[in-house]
Amino acid sequence: MAYLTDRKRAAGLGSAKTGTEHHWQMMVTSVALLILIPLFVFTFGAILGQPYEDVLAYYQRPFPAVVAALTILVGFFHFRQGVQVLIEDYVHGLARKIAIILMICVSYSAAAFAIFAIVRIAI
Amino acid sequence: MVQLTLPKNSRMTVGKTWPLPEGANNLRKVQIYRWNPDDGKNPQLDTYFVDMDSCGPMVLDALIKIKNEIDPTLTFRRSCREGICGSCAMNIDGINTLACIYGVDEVVGDIKVYPLPHMPVIKDLIPDLTHFYAQHASIMPWLETKTNRPAKEWKQSVEDREKLDGLYECVMCACCSTSCPSYWWNGDRYLGPAALLHAYRWIIDSRDESTGERLDDLEDPFKLYRCHTIMNCAKTCPKGLNPAKAIAHIKKMMVERVV
Repeated sequence: MAYLTDRKRAAGLGSAKTGTEHHWQMMVTSVALLILIPLFVFTFGAILGQPYEDVLAYYQRPFPAVVAALTILVGFFHFRQGVQVLIEDYVHGLARKIAIILMICVSYSAAAFAIFAIVRIAI
Repeated sequence: MVQLTLPKNSRMTVGKTWPLPEGANNLRKVQIYRWNPDDGKNPQLDTYFVDMDSCGPMVLDALIKIKNEIDPTLTFRRSCREGICGSCAMNIDGINTLACIYGVDEVVGDIKVYPLPHMPVIKDLIPDLTHFYAQHASIMPWLETKTNRPAKEWKQSVEDREKLDGLYECVMCACCSTSCPSYWWNGDRYLGPAALLHAYRWIIDSRDESTGERLDDLEDPFKLYRCHTIMNCAKTCPKGLNPAKAIAHIKKMMVERVV
């Protein structure tokens, strides 16, 4: 037990002077996904169930490939930011930092593999 | 990790059922959380029967009647009995509210009364609000000025005064903060809806000259940005205020400074 005043305990380490950038990025990516997700669904839906060669040819066109790539990139960035908030809510102490590092690795790895696949098909 | 179950010494047990009052025709069953720090026992749910024909209409009237006529050891805070002091905040029928302005007839079935959730309990229905008050003090709930003049009254336009409506009415009862899951999980760092509503009340005050410093102090992933617009605060506020809206305005001002 520490002999702290109530006010010192409430103030903690003071303001981190950050958080607004994270909040703004979440808002921007939310709006971007509002446009990208329907575009992705419609472009992907158009080729869903078609023969393998047709799918390859479809994703060699710039528009479907760029829409897919942007949706993956923005989606995983949004996921990374959102899950960080989730972890900060529910996990405390050292486990919080470890969970955030793991989540960042998973998000960027998944995005990288997806982009690699799209580029490989497109080029 | 967040604790999703109660600690062993906080788990509820079945308490005492007090006898029915004699000759009563209009009875309501009231179940009340009881915990005494001196007896070393777990909290228990005591059952009382109140004759509503000889009791006032509010839940606080029923509690006072129980304390006066049935069980004088029942402990709770109360003062103004008209919703202006915020003392009798408690969880009634699953809702954080003020017992003095919550009617017994608003509760369907048995009346269950618990202390405000997720706060340390001092005794029975009395939560420890020390940290909550300290957080309120930390947002500097007073007018901060830097210029010396005018040396007397600082004027405010009618429009600017209207901006304080829906903010100044807060009585600091803690119903909102203790209904907020973000405050439950991170209450040590997150300021909570009540303190943030008060912070906005001073940020938006046209006479206050520390707007920037106030925003600086709040810009923090935990102090402010733990609010996820869950809206429990607005739903439960016994004064009908909307702390979530005030917090949204603070976030908007934060973005205004950057973008």
